[in-house]
Amino acid sequence: MFLDTDMLEIKNLTARIGDKEILRGLDLTVPDGEIHAIMGPNGAGKSTLSYVLSGREGYEVTGGAVIYNGQDILAMAPEARAAAGIFLAFQYPVELPGVGNANFIRTAVNAVRRARGQDELDAVAFLKLARAAVASLAMPDDMLKRNVNVGFSGGEKKRNEVLQMALLRPSLAILDETDSGLDIDALKIVADGVNALRGGTFSSLVITHYQRLLDHIVPDYVHVLAAGRIVRSGGPELALELEAHGYAGLEAA
Amino acid sequence: MAMPGWRLPETMTALPTRKLEAFRYTDLRALAAISFATNMATGQAGDLPALGIPRLVFLNGRFSAAHSDTIPFTRDFTPVADDGALPLAQINAGEAQDGITLDISEGVDAGAVLLVSHAAGTGPFAFHPRHRITLGAGARLVLVEVAQGDGVYWHNPVTDIVLHEGAKLAHYRLQDESREAFHLATIRVNIAGLAAYESFTACLGAKLSRAEFHARLHGARAHAHINAAQILGTTQLGDFTTVINHAAPDCASRQTVKSVLSGAARGVFQGRIEVDRVAQKTDGYQMTQALLLSPGAEMDIKPELQIFADDVKCSHGATIGALDPEQIFYLRSRGIPEAQAREMLIRAFLDEALEPVSFAPARELFEAKIAAWWAGT
Repeated sequence: MFLDTDMLEIKNLTARIGDKEILRGLDLTVPDGEIHAIMGPNGAGKSTLSYVLSGREGYEVTGGAVIYNGQDILAMAPEARAAAGIFLAFQYPVELPGVGNANFIRTAVNAVRRARGQDELDAVAFLKLARAAVASLAMPDDMLKRNVNVGFSGGEKKRNEVLQMALLRPSLAILDETDSGLDIDALKIVADGVNALRGGTFSSLVITHYQRLLDHIVPDYVHVLAAGRIVRSGGPELALELEAHGYAGLEAA
Repeated sequence: MAMPGWRLPETMTALPTRKLEAFRYTDLRALAAISFATNMATGQAGDLPALGIPRLVFLNGRFSAAHSDTIPFTRDFTPVADDGALPLAQINAGEAQDGITLDISEGVDAGAVLLVSHAAGTGPFAFHPRHRITLGAGARLVLVEVAQGDGVYWHNPVTDIVLHEGAKLAHYRLQDESREAFHLATIRVNIAGLAAYESFTACLGAKLSRAEFHARLHGARAHAHINAAQILGTTQLGDFTTVINHAAPDCASRQTVKSVLSGAARGVFQGRIEVDRVAQKTDGYQMTQALLLSPGAEMDIKPELQIFADDVKCSHGATIGALDPEQIFYLRSRGIPEAQAREMLIRAFLDEALEPVSFAPARELFEAKIAAWWAGT
């Protein structure tokens, strides 16, 4: 196998919450520039995988390794993983009353730039970039002025995730059921946001319960996660097959 | 701490104890145990704040002409006659030797004034300034107060404010006293019809502090906005106590008090809204929220509504909580380091309390002091 360190390699990963084993020996490799979809029934461990990759507290990794760009990220703080290029689009974006969206995103962008040894952006330079991103994502103009996710509709919250992604320019984006609760227009905007970053070394892990999002973000590979392990992998056609026949019987496959 | 030859003022025996309901959460025994000198020579001026507005400076409780600007509406200090039922104001009445008297004539916009109290002495000492501020009908003033110092002292100011019809006072207070000091402030505000009192207090300093507001809305459509932020650590105690008396119809009062407590700090908020029988259509709002940053921090909250009118809108709310780990993780997942994430969330928590501070130099002063507080923790 061609050895490329610029990629995500998950090896025999096991993790639990409290006494409950959720991930039970998960193996997955996402090479640079590829988009991989992870599908699976409820309770398979999809969200746990996204949280373990982004470093959320409360998930205990009991074995295995996650290597990204040659670094073992499991030992890194969430902010260090972000600086390394990993971005998690939340299934339920968090509201931050009293924190302005523009200030939040600029602080994040500058924290990441600082960690990467780049110059920080001043308010004027940032706003120019941010306004262009808002326009290209067809978001309302006041999106930057409002408090982070406060009073946002479900669709606006997801679009705000995509806005943050567009401005943080990650090299690996993990989308955790970003399609849940979205109408078709919002779905297309989210997909456009991901597709705009596509190419070069950008890769993405698209976690979804339904095939619908994958009509708009066409993956290079589809994996099925069941009972904490990848039980099947294939091309985009696998998603269509799952849509037609459901997840029944996959655990045994 | 008692030093030979230092007098224990007789009035000290009048210090309120916790048996008094108004002092139930704030124990003054640590103050009572110290012998304070009452006549400290004018101390060093130290670093005095400057906001680009006329400044009046008190050093160890005495007016310092050398450090002050001349403004047209100051009046000479006159001794205090006997003073009502508030124990700390009574002590102040007996001891007061100086204080600022501002008298703004009807219709005059007096601009902004900075009032600084700076204390620095060689041993424990006390000072009891009596400030009097009167705004004639339609007059306006922005008053920014800074209390600061070094060492052990007791600052016991009483500020009496009279706002005539339609007058507007913006009153911004920064309590940034020595961490060994006691700061017990009493502020009494009489607000006539259509007059407005807007205030914000930042409570950062002192070993033990209390700001006790008594606001009386006695003319129709008077307005009082009394906000505060208490940001305390170590074993500091900060007490913010308000009594808002609605004595006329169609008045509004707003209070937002936020406390951020770390270490073994203690915060107290006691807020009473009294609505007299005549005060129909009163609109009263009171919100107090505390953020406890450590298991040793403590907050005591006592909201009270006393309503004798039958057509009023009064609401109050109180919450005590910790920083939300979900919010911290969300910020960190975007690359923001944990300490900065916490600072952002704490600053956001304080935001609503700072809302009345529309005067830019005061806003900058508070923002800088709050930012310096994070840096020191």
